[in-house]
Amino acid sequence: MLIGFVWLSLTKAGVPLDFSFLKDFSKRLGDGFWLTVALSLASLACSLLIGVACAAGQSAKILPLRYLCNIYVGLIRGTPLIMQIYLFFYIVGTAWGIENRFAAGVIILSVFEGAYITEIIRGSLLSIEAAQIEAAKAVGFTGRQTVRYVVLPQMVARTLPALTGQFASIIKDSSLLSIIAVTELTQTIREISATNFRLFECYFTLGVLYLCLTLPISFVSKWLERRYDYGN
Amino acid sequence: MEIEFRSLSKQFEDHKDVLLPMDFAGDVHALAVIGPSGGGKSTLLRILGGLIAPTAGQVWIGGEKVCYEGAAVEAHRKKIGYVFQLGGLFKHMSAIDNIVTPLIRVHGFSKEQARARADELLGRFGLLTEANKKPAALSGGQQQRVAIARAISAKPKLLLLDEPTSALDPEYTTEVLGIIRELKEERLDFVIVTHEMGFARHACEKVLFLAEGQLLEYGDSDTIFQQPATYKLRSFLGKLLEWNI
Ligand SMILES: Nc1ncnc2c1ncn2[C@@H]1O[C@H](COP(=O)(O)OP(=O)(O)O)[C@@H](O)[C@H]1O
Ligand SMILES: [Mg+2]
Repeated sequence: MLIGFVWLSLTKAGVPLDFSFLKDFSKRLGDGFWLTVALSLASLACSLLIGVACAAGQSAKILPLRYLCNIYVGLIRGTPLIMQIYLFFYIVGTAWGIENRFAAGVIILSVFEGAYITEIIRGSLLSIEAAQIEAAKAVGFTGRQTVRYVVLPQMVARTLPALTGQFASIIKDSSLLSIIAVTELTQTIREISATNFRLFECYFTLGVLYLCLTLPISFVSKWLERRYDYGN
Repeated sequence: MEIEFRSLSKQFEDHKDVLLPMDFAGDVHALAVIGPSGGGKSTLLRILGGLIAPTAGQVWIGGEKVCYEGAAVEAHRKKIGYVFQLGGLFKHMSAIDNIVTPLIRVHGFSKEQARARADELLGRFGLLTEANKKPAALSGGQQQRVAIARAISAKPKLLLLDEPTSALDPEYTTEVLGIIRELKEERLDFVIVTHEMGFARHACEKVLFLAEGQLLEYGDSDTIFQQPATYKLRSFLGKLLEWNI
């Protein structure tokens, strides 16, 4: 239906479609595409580290550490990404002389997504029942064995589908880095459309390219969900 | 198995006097612990099994003093089999892995030995076809049979069961209690917390009555049921029998 509506709008606007320019820009599009992939993968890795550390901090016995982690999650989740990008890049980035836009992009995105991943991990940690831990003790597992054979496998089963979903979000969110001129996919398209004014074709292509990344991921996420569903 | 408590007591930070100081000594083969909810039955069983430490006092099992610290308590837990109400099986493992993993990791079995032992027990409890199912795919009765198989797999010196049938439908209750009675015939010593008074009376030799953290009565099961000495036990049994046919 949505496609039909877009199509109707198109014919109403009377814009002839012409995708021939894509060939000329294929190299730049490819570069942008792979930069988006690289940005997202790097951010996924860093945000996972942040998420794990912060979730551990939230359940730590040291109160100030706990508060610090809670404040971080609250601030990041309570503000839009675009504001964080400007703030980090133009103020923090300038102050500390972070010139490399790719690195800046990864840092900003990781800090942002890390807060969401913290919540995912904390949720799965909370969902592990006391009865399972007690059973682990009762069969004679040591503390370390309990983590290895009970806590970790159950956490992985519960976090993996959600984490995969979050990866799709990272890919989409990375498009906002175009505002600090990281030439990832969105920025590449912006530049191209600024020269040839084929707005519709450009952004249509952009959508298709993002879907090429996110659709398989959400498919994997669904599959993982079924694979690890042991009933709760 | 000789079990002895010496001025054993337990208090929680937010809930004082869950177990009042108690002394007890008895030769336990099939002991039922009965009493009203919140009376401290599970707490007592957890202390026996080394899952929590008492606030004061000592526990002696088979002439050995139970130590509640570090490696010693882990060694103690290895010698005890434990069955919980329901949900004590590891949810992410199949029935057979629930048995095999502790055998390998805790008791040093080889993979083949562990599998053979698990197959033997699953076969005996009529669960061979369910071996690869996760607990959620099993009925409550099947889950409890797997839990019992796991608990006895390493030949524990004492089996502890905390209301193993409370969450089950009546027909499953009978089948699980039947298994426990079989174990008794094989001279596996056990302590069971139960609300199945028929089982406590006819399948257990001794009964211990616990209410409001106090060990009020202990004796032969027939005596306990026929001549309850305390008012609390009389009223507890009276309430249970109110709807008897
Ligand atoms: N970990 C705990 N922390 C605080 N209070 C507890 C804890 N475990 C049990 N209690 C309290 O101890 C009392 C006895 O509990 P329990 O041993 O489970 O009784 P029963 O098994 O006889 O029903 C209850 O009032 C319960 O609320
Ligand atoms: Mg209880």
